[in-house]
Amino acid sequence: MALAGRAALRWRARLPSPWHAAAPLCRPAWLPATCERPLSSRGKDKVDMSAYPVERIRNFSIIAHVDHGKSTLADRLLEITGTISKTDHNKQVLDKLQVERERGITVKAQSASLFYNHEGINYLLNLIDTPGHVDFSYEVSRSLSACQGVILVVDANEGIQAQTVANFYLAFEAQLSIIPVINKIDLKNADPERVEKQIEKLFDIPTDECIRISAKQGTNVEKVLQKVIEKVPPPQCNTADPLKALVFDSTFDHYRGVIANIALFGGEIAKGQKIMSAHTKKRYEVHEVGILTPNEQPTHKLYAGQVGYLIAGMKEVTEAQIGDTLFLYKQPVEPLPGFKSAKPMVFAGMYPIDQGEYNNLKSALERLTLNDSSVTVHRDSSLALGAGWRLGFLGLLHMEVFNQRLEQEYNMSVILTAPTVPYKAVLSSAKLIKAYGKDQITIINPAQFPDKLSVSEYLEPTVLGTIVTPHEYIGKIITLCQDRRAVQKDMLYIDENRVMLKYLFPLNEIVVDFYDALKSLSSGYASFDYEDAGYQSADLIKMDILLNGNPVEELATIIHSDKAHAAGKLLCERLKETIPRQLFDIAIQAAIGKKIIARETLKAYRKNVVAKCYGGDITRRMKLLRRQAEGKRLMRKIGNVEVPRDAFIRVLKRETDK
Amino acid sequence: MAALCKWPRNLAALAAALPGGGGPGRAPAPAPALEPAPEPLPETAAPATAALYVHWPYCRKRCSYCNFNTYVVPAVDESAVRACLVREARTLLCLGQVHSVTSVFFGGGTPSLASPGTVAAVLEAVAGAAHLPSGAEVTLEANPSSTSTLRLAGFRAAGVNRLSIGVQSLDDAELRMLGREHTAAEARKAVEAARELFPGRTSIDLLFGLPGQSQDAWTQRLEAALRLCDDHISLYQLTLERGTVLAAQVQRGALPASPQDLLADMYQAARTALVGAGFRHYEVSNFARKGALSTHNLSYWRGDQYIGVGPGAHGRFVLRGEGGCSREARVQTLEPVTWMQEVQSRGHGTRSRVVLSLLEQLEELLTLGLRTDEGITQERWGHFSPHLSLQAVFGEPGEAQALQQEGWLVLDSRGLRCTWAGLAVLDSLLPDLLWQLQRVLGAARRPPRGTLAEERAGGRDVRASPLPSRLDC
Repeated sequence: MALAGRAALRWRARLPSPWHAAAPLCRPAWLPATCERPLSSRGKDKVDMSAYPVERIRNFSIIAHVDHGKSTLADRLLEITGTISKTDHNKQVLDKLQVERERGITVKAQSASLFYNHEGINYLLNLIDTPGHVDFSYEVSRSLSACQGVILVVDANEGIQAQTVANFYLAFEAQLSIIPVINKIDLKNADPERVEKQIEKLFDIPTDECIRISAKQGTNVEKVLQKVIEKVPPPQCNTADPLKALVFDSTFDHYRGVIANIALFGGEIAKGQKIMSAHTKKRYEVHEVGILTPNEQPTHKLYAGQVGYLIAGMKEVTEAQIGDTLFLYKQPVEPLPGFKSAKPMVFAGMYPIDQGEYNNLKSALERLTLNDSSVTVHRDSSLALGAGWRLGFLGLLHMEVFNQRLEQEYNMSVILTAPTVPYKAVLSSAKLIKAYGKDQITIINPAQFPDKLSVSEYLEPTVLGTIVTPHEYIGKIITLCQDRRAVQKDMLYIDENRVMLKYLFPLNEIVVDFYDALKSLSSGYASFDYEDAGYQSADLIKMDILLNGNPVEELATIIHSDKAHAAGKLLCERLKETIPRQLFDIAIQAAIGKKIIARETLKAYRKNVVAKCYGGDITRRMKLLRRQAEGKRLMRKIGNVEVPRDAFIRVLKRETDK
Repeated sequence: MAALCKWPRNLAALAAALPGGGGPGRAPAPAPALEPAPEPLPETAAPATAALYVHWPYCRKRCSYCNFNTYVVPAVDESAVRACLVREARTLLCLGQVHSVTSVFFGGGTPSLASPGTVAAVLEAVAGAAHLPSGAEVTLEANPSSTSTLRLAGFRAAGVNRLSIGVQSLDDAELRMLGREHTAAEARKAVEAARELFPGRTSIDLLFGLPGQSQDAWTQRLEAALRLCDDHISLYQLTLERGTVLAAQVQRGALPASPQDLLADMYQAARTALVGAGFRHYEVSNFARKGALSTHNLSYWRGDQYIGVGPGAHGRFVLRGEGGCSREARVQTLEPVTWMQEVQSRGHGTRSRVVLSLLEQLEELLTLGLRTDEGITQERWGHFSPHLSLQAVFGEPGEAQALQQEGWLVLDSRGLRCTWAGLAVLDSLLPDLLWQLQRVLGAARRPPRGTLAEERAGGRDVRASPLPSRLDC
């Protein structure tokens, strides 16, 4: 009985989220049953937020390298402040997405308001959880804009990693107060002293300012809360000012429309008020305001300095622009600076498997991009794949996560093309310049790659990469970087046996598998992060992949000419392993223009028939055959060659052990 | 017991009228009640026929490649097993209202370990519950290690008239690798003894593609087999079944896996050699000369009714005795002890019954029928699908036509069948053909956009198997 119940719960958790996220009274099925709200939203007694003037408010984030314990610390903080009850089951409470829990990563920033009494005074602490992976640094900087301080978590065993450095600088540049915390001191190999020295050397923070904790066991976690109250300044704003609210995040609810996460930089906001968006100039009436604990909990009002959510009848996905400023109707204010929009680093075509699904996919994309505004969407179409889109992502993990969310939350299966980075071409042909209306174009689709004859120069995007590694791997890492056409910019020992390297990389060299390669050659010890570093001139060509002479549009790539032969050969070899044998030979070729640069042949089946087929076997056998027959519907046909839908993605996702 | 089986003719006639309800060789039956415009035909009242499979689940030793439902036990309570086989055969023949049994096959396991008395008892029961024509093929599978002339004579006296001997190889080292109990010399002796007693009706099984076996070694085995054999040979490519000792050895690299191209060469060489020696290649793995085809196995491939008796046995027949009108796929309980308890308490040990839809019956017919050299004849197809001919399904532009143009398939006035080349790659043809069948049948039966999954889900689960209340077989 108990087992059946658990299975049912698990099954429910797999439902596409719009359906159950829709029921506002329902706890999301993936949250542990113990995660009850201390203050019921159904109760008549709403929290009186006026009891928390700015001086009693602290807005902060936790930033850390992936796996350094950010989500565990957040779980403990929620427990200590009574936001969630204390049990053994609180794991990644703020990570609500199925993909986050499956992969153990945070993708989407989440907020929670904590109530904490310190020296007899009640404080409102707004915790904004941030993603850990390099792809999502845009989410981090957005979250930081609503904060005055950060907890910088560093693993006592692993020490400072590349993302620790990147996150530190994000917080430092935003002029936030930084509370360094050394986590996992309960581990056998923990060396907090060494980590404190690294922090001092790299970030210039005195060793005695670090708090040593074990988030897992709860050791010294209270101290962290106290430090937040002491060190993080209250927000600088005034309730008497006119309303000025920053939209720093938004989610889409199937029934209630847009739920905007807001930070009040002035004034107050309540149900019934008429507000206006600085960006769209549209008017709304506020239906509901409240705080996140971490589920939405309505309140009467929100006041300056507070962080919460707002529902105001925004139905269109484009209405809640992240970075937008909201103000009272007829009381305009100077809008907040907003955000640099996220800059996509990786582009890929996305097409419905069945063109009949185009409209469904379109609406799924619209909803998902509202929750993930860092994805850019351009309509696109292709002869082979039909109507679709070209999407821009922050990185390859981001692309995978987005695709996984489409499948899990919207039950959509799609064709994704090979990822490409945004190249540029300086045009020399007067005709093309006239056609484009400019002499420099950005190429996000290999199909639009202009011919060399009409181009004076191709440009490729570059990034400045930071690698932190134990010194014994330096040799291998330098070789790897050189293979990837990278140029060394800096090398610094952060302690006796750890080195920080800085390299200028062509973006396309790191986009697909650099991180995996780095991890595997350093036994997982080296870490990596990167930032945008502009464009450089490059000798680029377009490479096509042909199956029996027919181009595979998904696999067309723009590539540096030095790399074409090796990449073409590798792709052909991989395809040969991935495409099932068929009734005829299949020539797999890589071509530049008309010139074939690599070829593999997949030989035809000469025998493929099961030896025995009598009464006993037939049921099982029919099952298999029916599955194969139904699979025919999902095959992509290139000329007469049948290719499973996922074959191309499997080919592109290089395995590091090869 | 037999008296209970005398059901009103009209009910049996109704059942026989429906697809899948008939025996071999009967003319097209009318459509099921759900289909529009059933056309009554004169043959509808024809009594049902079926082939009968009897499973003897015990072996003295498990072979390294075998994943069949077999058991090695210290002592078999043979009289109990015999009683259960007899009882279940009677029950199922009665439930199927089978008038005449076309063939009987004792398989296993190692049925040659059973005593001739058990075989005789089952055959007597069959003859009692239904008509068993005197010329009907009665095959027994035998291992060379349990085939003394004396035993074989006993089986012949019990009613067995055809022997299928599991020779597998004529090389001692290969036999050891396969975990067989006998030597090549013993296999020879067994075949010679069998040929004395069952002239023209002795078959041998051979395996090829053993780990490490070369093309030359296989050619030698085949030549030796040709010198030894009677008029029927089954050549099976070794399939490494999950969970077997041999598969595990290959998996961990203790034995080499055979390259696909080598297996293809071995198969082609064997086909050519046997056809050269006057054999007809009448099924993917089966060869016969002088008309010595196995009628029992042919009835599987032709989509005839068959009843499976014994632990884990499968059947395909219409439950006329229950007033059923569609063919069911039935599986008996796997484990012998449980099976026996069920037979003792309920008369049969059917573990699962699933009613097959028209689509499913046609899918099976395609999958099995195309394994034979005659393929699926127009007549046989029409028997299952009177309203949608082979031509209507596969004659229009589509997968089958493309495969025909590429030389893998033939569709003509005789029926649908593989070419010589097509037979070797049948499993690559079937998904295309099944997909086309699903589409055409789906379009013919309902407005567009229906899914076949619904079709499958509907109608099936009769699950479990409470004994029919109306008939106390």
